Amino acid sequence: MAETVRAVPREVPLGAAPPAFAARDITLRQVVRNGVLAGLGVSFVTAVGMVQAFERRFIVSQLSLDYILVVAFPLALGYLAGRPPPVLEGFEAPRLGAKNVLAGLLAGALAGLVLMAFVGIFGNFDVRDVFTNVSPEALARITFGEGLFEGSLAMLAVQAAFGALGGALNLVPERPRRAAFLAAVWVVAFGLFSPLVRQVLDNLGFPFLRYMYRSVSGALTRTGAVAVFVLFFVLSLVAKGSRLQAGERFRALPESQRRVVGGLAILAVLGLLAVLPHILGNFLSEILNFAGIFLLMALGLNIVVGLAGLLDLGYVAFFAVGAYTTAVLTWDRPEGLAGTLPGSIRWGPELTFWEALPFVILAAALAGIIVGTPVLRMRGDYLAIVTLGFGEITRLLFLSTWFKPYFGGALGVQRIANIEVFGVEILSPQNFFYFIFGFGVLAVYASYALQNSRIGRAWTAIREDESVAEAMGVNVVAAKLWAFIIGAIIASFGGAIFAVKVGSVFPRSFSIEVSIIVLVIVIVGGLASVPGVILSAIVLTATPELLQELAEYRFLIYGVLLIFMMLKRPEGFIPSRRRLRELREEELAQDAWLRAARAQREREELAEPVPGS
Amino acid sequence: MAQLARVGARRAVQLPLLDGFVWLVRVAALLAVVWGSYRSLTSGRLTPGQWRDLVVIGLSQGAVYALIALGYTMVYGVLRFINFAHGEVFMTGTMAAFFVADALSRTGLWTDQVWIPLLAMLGVAVLTSTLVAVLLERVAYRPLRGKPRLIPFITAIGASFFLQYAFAGLFGVDVKNFPPVALFEGKLDFFGFRFLKTQLLVIGSALLMMGFLYAFVEKTKTGKAIRAVAEDQEIARLMGIDVDRTIALVFAIGGAMAGAAGFLWSQHFGQVSFRTGFLPGIKAFTAAVLGGIGNIPGAMIGGVVLGLVESVSPSLILIGLGIPAAHQLKDVVAFLALVLVLIFRPMGILGERLAEERA
Repeated sequence: MAETVRAVPREVPLGAAPPAFAARDITLRQVVRNGVLAGLGVSFVTAVGMVQAFERRFIVSQLSLDYILVVAFPLALGYLAGRPPPVLEGFEAPRLGAKNVLAGLLAGALAGLVLMAFVGIFGNFDVRDVFTNVSPEALARITFGEGLFEGSLAMLAVQAAFGALGGALNLVPERPRRAAFLAAVWVVAFGLFSPLVRQVLDNLGFPFLRYMYRSVSGALTRTGAVAVFVLFFVLSLVAKGSRLQAGERFRALPESQRRVVGGLAILAVLGLLAVLPHILGNFLSEILNFAGIFLLMALGLNIVVGLAGLLDLGYVAFFAVGAYTTAVLTWDRPEGLAGTLPGSIRWGPELTFWEALPFVILAAALAGIIVGTPVLRMRGDYLAIVTLGFGEITRLLFLSTWFKPYFGGALGVQRIANIEVFGVEILSPQNFFYFIFGFGVLAVYASYALQNSRIGRAWTAIREDESVAEAMGVNVVAAKLWAFIIGAIIASFGGAIFAVKVGSVFPRSFSIEVSIIVLVIVIVGGLASVPGVILSAIVLTATPELLQELAEYRFLIYGVLLIFMMLKRPEGFIPSRRRLRELREEELAQDAWLRAARAQREREELAEPVPGS
Repeated sequence: MAQLARVGARRAVQLPLLDGFVWLVRVAALLAVVWGSYRSLTSGRLTPGQWRDLVVIGLSQGAVYALIALGYTMVYGVLRFINFAHGEVFMTGTMAAFFVADALSRTGLWTDQVWIPLLAMLGVAVLTSTLVAVLLERVAYRPLRGKPRLIPFITAIGASFFLQYAFAGLFGVDVKNFPPVALFEGKLDFFGFRFLKTQLLVIGSALLMMGFLYAFVEKTKTGKAIRAVAEDQEIARLMGIDVDRTIALVFAIGGAMAGAAGFLWSQHFGQVSFRTGFLPGIKAFTAAVLGGIGNIPGAMIGGVVLGLVESVSPSLILIGLGIPAAHQLKDVVAFLALVLVLIFRPMGILGERLAEERA
């Protein structure tokens, strides 16, 4: 006891030789907390009906998504339960060993006990009036159909085993552990998206498809799963280092060569995208097109939230303005029937899409100014709520009887004309893909160009500190208005394409949920990070389209994602470098301090050899 | 002098851009209100009795908003943070009250001793909402204290959607109807205003609770601690106040008020679904801003004003302006009120103290 008191860190002068503190270790609290959390997690996904919903989604052979979900909780939280606390400067690193596995095992067993209690309560009392999704079938499912008591004992064993496995993961060194985790994620992804992967591989003429996937359930075969695992395990072991090296080498090139290499890379990507819709086929292209529309919106919102730091929760309003402007300007009305067809409005000049586009841009810019001006003086969260109000106002006005003659009320506008490009009517999903892709490239280019422009730097300055930016001579009013206008225009392109693609617009397509989806895309991808936004737009919008049973839980998962991202990774999965620096400022400063301390210590050790040696 | 003139000239360039627009909105809003009210009052489309009914509806609606608004306003006062998920806290309480009512309505108590089930509903609603609010603070907000403002706010949006869809998943997506309470059927007359008994219940209990809360915050030692933490967390900590516990307590009180609002909602509107919390939540926030956020009497006044605006102004202003089916635009009016208040008087009706830090 006295030992520890004498060696309180703050008495150690900067740079002094490290006193060897006993290692801090896993606490019982940590184990109990993670175990109970795992148990509650599994109970929760059962109670909301996820287990039953995922029962028929086979991933590998007979293993279905519900069981993967059920064991993922003890695995992840068992890992956390058995994880030694971070090693601090001056502390010994804790020795790893059986206790880490044991902690995981205990946590898993606790999870199993919680789950047993859940099954016991819900199995013996009929609560279906209240908890609509806790059916006897769901309970049978998580007890392996072996009866409530025996089954939940079996489940307890399973949970404990996976908890122990999770705890044991702490014993594996970081690199192989990470590679194994990524490989496992890829196996699940290959199983989940089996229609997509099979279609692509089939169209590419991949010869081993028969051995990789089962034909009826679409799940990976065992051989397939092992192959995928090994492939990605090796890839991610090798890839990380070489990717970093490639980046280094790229940056080391002289300017002119760098431009050539960059250009070639872009050309390669473009070439790949050009053949993509033909590889994917109709259905998947269609899904990709929807993702593309959301991508356009996300890129627009990324400018408003990511670059300028203005949180807009009513972003769907601009999407709606784009869609409705296109709709009323291009809808084609049969002679003499105007105003009499159901869902038809009384006016409309019958322009083509391209003739209407300038008006769409104008309308969006105007909407951007209308929303932007009153909120210029507000900050952060207030701005968010007011823009949310604007979004709802827009939807309610399009829905209202007041504007029914112009926008069709609840019936919306139908019979929107198709697009023609160089005399070709765009109808097939593949053609739409190219069309949306064109706009996407435009938006990506605009994002990068703006980021590095004068106005982009003004936005960054405003995002970091508005008052300082203003004091440095940034025209805050103009910069904010431009952010709203440009964001609005990009979203209105998305709306225009949406209107033409669907062929009709209804007010209910423009609810607050759309704004939230777009916000989640931007946050998960990484604020101000264009590659991150592109990837997360495709993943987050295509996944619920591909997996219908997941669509029901989409907002539940989005909610969890938002909370998780803000707590653990506010910079997003693919952070922009500048943004990461801003958010991690403190940690970086601490690291620098520690490095300096270590360097000084080493210098002193070199200077004066230890007496007596 | 020349320098002054130059400063004046620079200001003059800035003026027409922004302030000109704001003035335009201000004048247009005022004209619309005056012209619309004049037209509909002179048209005699509604009898005085009908106007009085609209006022009563507005008052009771406003009382519910005021109770929810207290949660927003107290949390904002202490943390300068909009708890976007507070509407869902209200929804959880309402939902819990429904399950109690549903279970007890099949027993004899519902007809014989109806006050027992009612008290049980109130108790369960308050407990549930308090629990959810405190858990929310512990899990989602406390780890983020001191981070840039948008980060906890985005967390709150996530929490709001998580709670909504978790409840949809757990308890189903259908709209649930409360069993009617015989005790509250019928009407009473006061000074020519006809009140439904439920409306009286809502207004009366809301007033009572807000009175208690006001006394609690102003007169007790704990209330003093809350005010101290709101004033300056660091100094409060130095004075020996447990800041974390006080903040948790603020969330608990906000949750309890939301739960009580949920019970009153159940008696007033008789319906609940997982979406019930969203719109009332945003409107209650509007009410809090309207009254001056961070200010408890402000939340009450803001709630009542918003309720009145929402119920009376479609008939008073919009119909007068010749807009058809004006009652559809109730929510538009509420949101417009929020925008207009924030443009013209961001400190709200009563709030002065926080205006600097906030706007």
